[in-house]
Amino acid sequence: MKSRIPVVLLACGSFNPITNMHLRLFEVARDHLHQTGMYQVIGGIISPVNDHYRKQDLVAAHHRVAMARLALQTSDWVRVDPWESEQLQWMETVKVLRHHHSELLRSLPRREGPNHGRARCTAPTAVPELKLLCGADVLKTFQTPNLWKDAHIQEIVEKFGVVCVSRTGHNPKEYISGSPILHQYRHNIHLATEPVQNELSSTYVRQALSQGHSVKYLLPDAVITYIRDHNLYTRDSSWKGSSTQRSEGKTGWEESASPQSSS
Amino acid sequence: MENSEKTEVVLLACGSFNPITNMHLRLFELAKDYLNGTGKYRVVKGIISPVGDAYKKKGLISAHHRIIMAELATKNSEWVEVDTWESLQKEWVETAKVLRHHQEKLEAGSCDHQQDAPMPARPGQKRKWAEQRQDISQKKLLEPKPRDVPKIKLLCGADLLESFAVPSLWKSEDITQIVGDYGLICITRAGNDAQKFIYESDTLWKHRNNIHLVNEWVTNDISSTKIRRALRRGQSVRYLVPDLVREYIEKHDLYSYESEEKNAGVILAPLQRKPADTNSNRTA
Repeated sequence: MKSRIPVVLLACGSFNPITNMHLRLFEVARDHLHQTGMYQVIGGIISPVNDHYRKQDLVAAHHRVAMARLALQTSDWVRVDPWESEQLQWMETVKVLRHHHSELLRSLPRREGPNHGRARCTAPTAVPELKLLCGADVLKTFQTPNLWKDAHIQEIVEKFGVVCVSRTGHNPKEYISGSPILHQYRHNIHLATEPVQNELSSTYVRQALSQGHSVKYLLPDAVITYIRDHNLYTRDSSWKGSSTQRSEGKTGWEESASPQSSS
Repeated sequence: MENSEKTEVVLLACGSFNPITNMHLRLFELAKDYLNGTGKYRVVKGIISPVGDAYKKKGLISAHHRIIMAELATKNSEWVEVDTWESLQKEWVETAKVLRHHQEKLEAGSCDHQQDAPMPARPGQKRKWAEQRQDISQKKLLEPKPRDVPKIKLLCGADLLESFAVPSLWKSEDITQIVGDYGLICITRAGNDAQKFIYESDTLWKHRNNIHLVNEWVTNDISSTKIRRALRRGQSVRYLVPDLVREYIEKHDLYSYESEEKNAGVILAPLQRKPADTNSNRTA
């Protein structure tokens, strides 16, 4: 019986703040991959973006990491990794993938088991794969001119792979067929469907908080408490710093990126 | 407006809660923010009233479980609680009667109603469960106001509002009572459809000031039906229902193909009760 390919899912984004919808992505993606019969999801990583991404209203990385950590307290397979946020500058998604992939390989036990003189190498089905987990809105941003480097898109879909969870108003199949690179590597782009329509976004949560409205049941209680304790996302605390649009829309799951907007 | 001039409101949500989901819980939050935001109301309490087993809806599992799940879900809520009165009645109770029961209770100024209500018992578990519930309900005592009694309002989604049009499902006098004497807070995505529905009904139109439509800007389509379907198919419902509820469902293996077939072919209680009415427009 062919063994399943172990997979780790990596989600990049602002997580500003993390919400139940972000957490759902992992659940939906895992279910989907398992149901293909080909994969075994062994872990999940949330990688909040670096402060130097300079997105408007982005609260300090250490808060976003702390909130994600609280949200994942009760998860036995997803964790937050602050590496990306701790770098001196913002970095492209593909570099984050490369980093975590090499970390993953480094953490594997060395396989020096007895091979009883067999010359044939075992196929690398036991080597874990790292896949980018995202919403369909991010997949769409691959199309935006100058947002992503073509070489990076190719590396992402060719060497790593993408698990894309569908979102209302997006048709990921269209995005794939509309892009030669995506189309070529479509076998490595897994489209998972979230049966529960959910337009929840961090933007909505921030707006609700600034208006003093309840966000209970939209994100874990522990995160809500943290936000309150640290006075985040109040009307006064929104940072109106410059928000030059860097390449690659790290829109996460919220708005679709557009080069000229100061989102 | 001074706090003392505001009308105090208790939100009552009736339904199957089969199981309760984060969406149900959100309804309360949205309604409270909305009413408090008008400056005319002050929401003081929320009540979840799961329907009794005698409702005979397909797939409806035992009230005992549905109540425990609702209580687990509201464990961390400071203002929403579960009431078992409706579920304990031997026959199905019309919504208008449930509203009336709770309004009368408020008027009687009773604080400790939670502890008086007997629990639906499973053999051997009654005492332990009673202690558990007593613990939880200690936190949520209602202070009786001698002059201004809080007003009960029915909290619902647009599906309930539009079900007023389903033939024989509601008595027209009940609808009149619900919107006339109590009031409706209806959380909906499709505000225009709901407004149109109200416009097209003489009864609803007459009491339109007592029907509050709250826009749900963020579609949050976590229906119990979808939860049950996901569970049958071995899919995760994490982050769609509170963790305690999910754990309880798993521990007791509540939802399956078999459980979904419960009451299959049985006529829904309200439809059993009513003789067919020749006046087709029930909401006029």
